[in-house]
Amino acid sequence: MAHESSYVPGNAVEKWIDDRLPIIRWSKEHLMDYPTPKNLNYWWTFGAILAFMLGVQIVTGIVLAMHYTPHVSLAFDSVEHIRRDVNGGRVIQAVHTTGASMFFAAVYIHMFRGLYFGSYKAPREILWILGVIIFVLMVTTAFMGYVLPWGQMSFWAATVITNIVGAIPVIGNPILELLRGGFAVDNATLNRFFSLHYLLPFVIAAVVALHIWALHVPGNSNPTGVEVKSSRDTVPFHPYYTMKDLFAIVVFCIPFAWFVFFAPDILGHPDNYIMANSQVTPTHIVPEWYFLPFYAILRAIDFNIFFIDSKLGGVIFFAGAILVLFFVPWLDTSKVRSGSFRPIFKWFYWLFVANFVLLAYLGSAPAEGIFVLLSKIATAYYFIYFLIVLPLLGRFETPRELPTSISESVLKHSTPVGGADPALAKTTH
Amino acid sequence: MATQSNLAHQDAPQPGRRDFLYIAAGAVGAVGVAGVTWPLINQLNPDASVLALASIEFDLSGIEEGQSVTIKWRGLPVFVRHRTAAEIAEAQAVPLSDLKDPETDEQRTKPGHEQWLIMIANCTHLGCVPVGESGDFDGWFCPCHGSHYDSAGRIRKGPAPKNLVLPPYEFVSDTLVKIG
Ligand code: HEM
Ligand code: FES
Repeated sequence: MAHESSYVPGNAVEKWIDDRLPIIRWSKEHLMDYPTPKNLNYWWTFGAILAFMLGVQIVTGIVLAMHYTPHVSLAFDSVEHIRRDVNGGRVIQAVHTTGASMFFAAVYIHMFRGLYFGSYKAPREILWILGVIIFVLMVTTAFMGYVLPWGQMSFWAATVITNIVGAIPVIGNPILELLRGGFAVDNATLNRFFSLHYLLPFVIAAVVALHIWALHVPGNSNPTGVEVKSSRDTVPFHPYYTMKDLFAIVVFCIPFAWFVFFAPDILGHPDNYIMANSQVTPTHIVPEWYFLPFYAILRAIDFNIFFIDSKLGGVIFFAGAILVLFFVPWLDTSKVRSGSFRPIFKWFYWLFVANFVLLAYLGSAPAEGIFVLLSKIATAYYFIYFLIVLPLLGRFETPRELPTSISESVLKHSTPVGGADPALAKTTH
Repeated sequence: MATQSNLAHQDAPQPGRRDFLYIAAGAVGAVGVAGVTWPLINQLNPDASVLALASIEFDLSGIEEGQSVTIKWRGLPVFVRHRTAAEIAEAQAVPLSDLKDPETDEQRTKPGHEQWLIMIANCTHLGCVPVGESGDFDGWFCPCHGSHYDSAGRIRKGPAPKNLVLPPYEFVSDTLVKIG
């Protein structure tokens, strides 16, 4: 980072450590003194909430693994055993399952924050790309975790999702057998999913470290999208943002605790309390809510596109829906970072948010009647937003005037009109 | 290239030999890494115990006309359906031009055993087990994403690209079938 270290070892021991491994110096620079824009709103607390959730999932997961048995004939019962017999197991298990939902709720807010405030724009492209990689890893981890209780939904989710790979021409089937370790999802599959479900959160933790490293090079963006110009625009991370983030985490824990204690099953599916049966598929299979929008896109392609059959087509759009995120920094051509200053962008953005919620709804609806058509329209808008709206809007839209600095925008909000500096008052009109 | 320049400049033989050693060591290293990686990936493939279950025999005598059962072969569910005369007639009457994956009813059954339809029970879309005697074509309906199969197990509507897959099988006698 560009700023000078202000750390002075307080005593001989600290000095001794600092000469050998300057870890205290490093922590002070990055966790305490780190200059942070003073105008960050609560949408910026979700990064900290996510870090907290990753910790929650790792700790509860390790505990669950002490009681869980990854075998097709024992897995289902071992989860019930955790819920009924293990001391405190009911709560620990509920924290882990509903925790996955809370984690995804937070990550979606975090990503939509980035999309609105243009956080992915230069110089934060790598930061954004690392974020998308984290998202892909989270999706993979959550999917494998869902298979572990070996209920009907677990089994059929595993079957349907691994089959996606089978859509790839020629090499699809050999890869499918390689993934499953058999001709169908079975014990070999369950075992390897358990192994990987344990591994991946630590990979995520490593990528999060890179993500935060990439954040600390340019520093945070902020709601105005105007870069920090002087030290007047920033405050030290500690105590200002450590406290704000902690407060946000506490508030976030309120609905989280409600789910854990009052409705641990509300986000799940009753079918998953039936043990896996490879002969019968439940009549209505639905993925977990956080996969619904992408699932709707997968299903929307039920027609052949030239020589690409409907199955491969669905898979291409499904993968494309996530891959397109990697290119957002280059697809959005607007010079203005924050959506707050882009009057037309706002409309398309909120339509995109509503469309995403609609996709989630459609993903849970049966594939019949009007839902089939709506899924196609919603899928089309998802891609139009990234591939047409973002590239073109930057060329045609006239953005609103930007504040000259973060301080100016903050003062504008806090100063009563009468006392306002005339130079500042001008920009409010 | 490096060797050539060494021939030209006798005074600097070192880089040429080093380049050679460098590339040779790199190549051996790459082969070594690949050689170690392959077994680590290959262990994921179906193991000997899975492959051992490759073929089964199944007695058809207990299945009445209009009835079907689901059996297990290589871990996969398999439909064995005793079709009614009406279902057979309906399947044979369909013109090939109506089919997404054109196959005649004769191609999907064994001569003299047209009443028996034996198919892997996983929808060719993403693998759910379709529900029997339902859908718009008097065959199977897959609830997962809405694929309709007809009474010969051929895909008629929905996202599935192919007809339900036929396992390799043969009739040992009129009532005994060997799958695999
Ligand atoms: C385990 C998951 C994740 C963790 C723990 C995490 C953590 C963080 C933290 C602590 C921050 C700084 C505070 C903030 O701006 O909220 C941050 C910023 C950011 N994250 Fe993440 N993140 C995660 C996933 C993602 C994903 C999936 C994306 C996007 C695809 C993403 C994109 C970003 C961007 C663009 C910023 C910079 C925002 C700005 O400064 O304006 N992150 N992340
Ligand atoms: S798995 Fe049968 S329609 Fe998708």
